[in-house]
This record gives sequence, structure tokens and C-alpha cells, in this order.
Amino acid sequence: MAVRDRDVTDAAAAAARWQGNSLSDMRRRMVDRVATGLCWLATVLVLLMLFSILFVLVRNGIGGLRWATLVHVTAPPGQGGGLANAIAGSLIQTGLAVLIGAPVGLLVGIYLAEFTATDGRLINLVRFVSDLLLSAPSILVGLFIYMIVVVPTGHFSGMAGALALSMLVVPVVVRTTEDMLRLVPLSMREAAIALGAPRWRVIVLVCLRAARDGVATGILLALARVSGETAPLLFTSLGNMNWSVSPAVPMASLPVTIYQYAGAAYDDWTALAWTGALLITAGILMINITVRLGLGRNRK
Amino acid sequence: MDRSATSPSTLTGGARGNGDAIFTTIVRSAAILILLGLGGMVVVMAWGARGAFATFGPGFVLGTAWNPVTQHFGAAAPVFGTLVTALLAIMLAVPLAFGIAVWLTEIAPARIAGTIGTLIQLLAAVPSIIFGMWGFAVLVPFMAHYVEPLASHTLGRVPGIGVMFRGAPYGTGFLTGGMILAVMVTPFISAVMRDVFLSMPAVLKESAYGLGMTRWEVVRRIILPWSRSSVVGGVMLGLGRALGETMAITFVIGNANHIGWSLFSPGNTIASLIALEFPESAVGSLKFSSLMAAGFLLMLISLGTLVCSRLLLRTGRVG
Repeated sequence: MAVRDRDVTDAAAAAARWQGNSLSDMRRRMVDRVATGLCWLATVLVLLMLFSILFVLVRNGIGGLRWATLVHVTAPPGQGGGLANAIAGSLIQTGLAVLIGAPVGLLVGIYLAEFTATDGRLINLVRFVSDLLLSAPSILVGLFIYMIVVVPTGHFSGMAGALALSMLVVPVVVRTTEDMLRLVPLSMREAAIALGAPRWRVIVLVCLRAARDGVATGILLALARVSGETAPLLFTSLGNMNWSVSPAVPMASLPVTIYQYAGAAYDDWTALAWTGALLITAGILMINITVRLGLGRNRK
Repeated sequence: MDRSATSPSTLTGGARGNGDAIFTTIVRSAAILILLGLGGMVVVMAWGARGAFATFGPGFVLGTAWNPVTQHFGAAAPVFGTLVTALLAIMLAVPLAFGIAVWLTEIAPARIAGTIGTLIQLLAAVPSIIFGMWGFAVLVPFMAHYVEPLASHTLGRVPGIGVMFRGAPYGTGFLTGGMILAVMVTPFISAVMRDVFLSMPAVLKESAYGLGMTRWEVVRRIILPWSRSSVVGGVMLGLGRALGETMAITFVIGNANHIGWSLFSPGNTIASLIALEFPESAVGSLKFSSLMAAGFLLMLISLGTLVCSRLLLRTGRVG
């Protein structure tokens, strides 16, 4: 990681040349200008992509953003269907996923942050695996839940979808919980322990309380992350054309409905797909912006 | 930090009891649940894939056929597509991410750096299916009408590499897939790079500037050597994400079981193949098992990449 000696001597040599040779100096400054320009270009290019995505979403999706879209359920093409069942299904499945995944993630985060002294080795392994799950292909999570839930129960269900999503919630919550608990000053723990508090009360009543804003942030980010996930739901909750809020049967969701509608040959279906896409992106970006603004304020 | 402080009596409670033992057991079981999650995934995928591996043996990986009628299945084409699109994505994303990270840490006026950094990170929050729709609505026509005809008239005539830029300009295909993935993974890679660059002791940079180095020379000769292993780790992290990406690629890859030199030709990836064909395969059939086997290969490839990434990043614990 260290800067190699050669780099520094190179730099010194370059600096020495700078005094004597104006031609090489001009070349160095030209290279610097070009590199700086390319950095500007990269940043502008990626920002343009973001704005292009948002622009296309608004242009294609805003037309379908009517009351009817929000209250009518999906219908065959040409019959004025909406997205109500998909929106409800998404809310239920992501809600259940967070209810299942967040407590597990919280406990694991506590374990990683607070038990280093006794369980160092296991902790390193668990952290490693949790980080792997954070970036593991989400479609494989869908296949996994299909094999262990859908096949044994014999049918697709909203619960299977929620379980698949919860596997994606856990690693996000683990990461933020651990990071936030590590920010709690040691003196607070020591003070509580000095009062004679058992360790679990120190962790739950002192450390977790001190870190609760950050922990809540992690849970919100996990919610945002899974609410746009499509691949894990394809083989678990499948989708449902009718109004259904029971997690025991196949359940519609916004991402899967968008996927089915976007590729369809009917204009009203593709329009609904864009409206759904606009809704979901707006929701996710709103959560992200709120969280980031909140974090920025807390830091000051 | 907390307005409603916990009073000492609530904190210590009554008798000690075995609360600590119970609590330790609970958190430790939760941690083991995570290990079981990943272990279970590997085992279940291997179990589902056993039929395909038993029928085709190791040849499954190299078989180019994917034919439900003759019941011949091989993963060569989707594996090829997965690797080609992910590598293209990394080749395009790394310069972009590096440029952004340098811009954010060294060039940007302090007042706007934070806002722009947040905007770039918002791109990482956009769901994959949205990238797919955008790719299909914007990028595919753009590639078909401008980029691919232009490239095949210019680069396509260069001997040697020309073969990569020839073919019918459908707009979908490996190159478009790689480009979509590049846009998706750029924020991840640039976030890792920015964090490493920021964690560098300022005195190293200051001394280099003091010696009369230009900004680019500081980046090239001081910052990059110092942060090399973490930067490579960040790139591997992006590669891991690109390998397993499903929805975005399904929209733009063209979905054909095809291996070839042309970057313009439609192909498929393991993830897109599973997304499209899994709903049409019956449990227990050879096709079902072959899809699980392809998924198992994807798991090996992406976990292998992510393990390398984490080992490289572990020193700094960023990303």
C-alpha cells in the first residue's frame, strides 16, 4: 500500500526537470489538462445517464399517473386496468421482507460489533459471508427460495416472495448496524458496565439506543433496495392478475407487473409499465434522498 | 446523543439471571443462520443441478447446444455471454468510475462535490428493471441507428479486430448489454475508489504537490500506487455485480443461444436464460436441472469474483 520510493524519486526528478526544461513542462501541463478534462467528461456523462433515465421515466410514465391507475386492479389489455393489486402486493411483500430480515440483520450486526473479543474467528467468517450475500446475484436467491419453499408447498406465494426479498434485506442491515454500533464511544459502554449492568442490557439499552438513527437508516435503505427487485420474485410470488392480499397465494408486485407489461404488444400495458416504473423509481429515490439528507444533518 | 437517557435502575435491572447467556445464544444463532443461508444456497443449487451434471458430465460447461427438443443442454453460450458482457462492462465502467472518483476528490469545487456525489450514488439505487426499460427504449435504438452502423463502417474494416464490429445492427446484443451493465456498476466502483482516495493521508499528496507535481502526476504516481489493491477490489466488486445482473440484461441482450466474435450479435447470459426459460420448465425435467446447473455455474463464477474482491478490500474495509 505504501508509496514506492521510485515514485517519489520520479516525482523529484520530474520537479527538477521542471526548472530546466520548459518543453517537458509544457507537455506535463498538457497531460494534466487532458486528464482533468477527461475526469469532467466522465462525471458529466454519468450524470447525463441519470437525467436521461429520469427524463424518459417521467415522459413515458406521467400520462398514466391517474387516480384510476392507483385504484383499479390489473386487467386484460384494453379494459382500463390499473396497478392497485401490484402496488398493494409490493407493499405487503417488502413490508414482510423487512419484518423478517431486519431483526435477523440487527442481531447479526450486534454480534459482529459487540462480540469480537470472544468470537473473533467466527465473526470474520460471518462478516465475509454477509458481504458476499450483499452482492450475490439476486436471481439465485429466487431459485433457492423456489427450491426450498415453492416446491415443497406446491405453489407460488407472496410469502415465498417476501422470504426471497428478506434474504437481500439481511446483509444491508448487518452492514449498517455493525458500522453504527462501532461508532458508539467506548466510554458509554464502560459507564454502563460500571453501573453493574449485564452485557445484553448495555448493548440493547445503551449502544443500540445511541445508534438507532443509523440503524433505522440501514433498514430504510434495505427497504429501498428490495422494493425494486424483480428477479427474486419471478419464481417465488409469480404475480397475480386479481386483487389479493393473502401471502399464502401468488401475489402481484410492481416490478414483476412492469416486467410482464413492458414486453407486451399492447399500448395500454406498456403505458402502465412506464407508470409503474415511474412510481417505483420515485419512491426509491425519495427514500434515498431523505436518508442522505438526514445523515448529512446529523453529522453536523 | 440521546435525550431520554436510560436510568441506572432500568439498566442494571433486578437479579442478573442468565440474560447474558440467552442473549449471546440468540445473536450467535442469527449469525449462524447467515452461514446456513449461503451454504444452503450452494447445496440446494448443486442438488437441483445433479441431473444435468449426471447426464452431460463436465461437458455441460463446454456444450454449445441448448435444445429442449433433442434434450441437449450445454452452458457454453450463456457462460460466454455472461463473461463477455461483464468484461465489456468493466472495461467501460473502470475509466468512468476512476474519472468520477478523481473528479470528486481532487477536482470538484467543495461546494458541489457532495451534491454530485449523492446524485451519482442515486444511480446505484435505481432498480435494475428500470435500466432494462431505459436500455430498450433509449440505448437500443441509439445503438441500432448510429453507433453500430458507424462502427461497422469504420472499426469493422480494421483487419483483426474488425470482426468484432461487424454484423447486422439490431441494437441488442453483447455490446449494448455491456454498456447497460457499465452504467449500473459505475456508481459502485466509483464509491469504493472515492472512499479509498479520501482515506489517504493528506500529507502524502501535499508533499507531492510541494515537489511541483501536476494534479495528474499526483493521481498517477502517488494516489494510485497507494490505493492499488483497494481499487482492484472495487473493480472486482463491480465485476461481481455485473456477472449476476438479470433484469437489465434480459431487456437488451437479444436472447439467442449464440457464441461469436461480433459484439453486435444477440446472445444470452446465465441470468437472462434462467429468467426467461425457468418459468417454462417442469420440476424434475432435464431442462429444469440444466437451468439449475447453469445457476450453479453462475454462483461459482460470481462468488469466486466476490471472494477475490473482499480479500483485496479487507485491508481497508471499504465498499
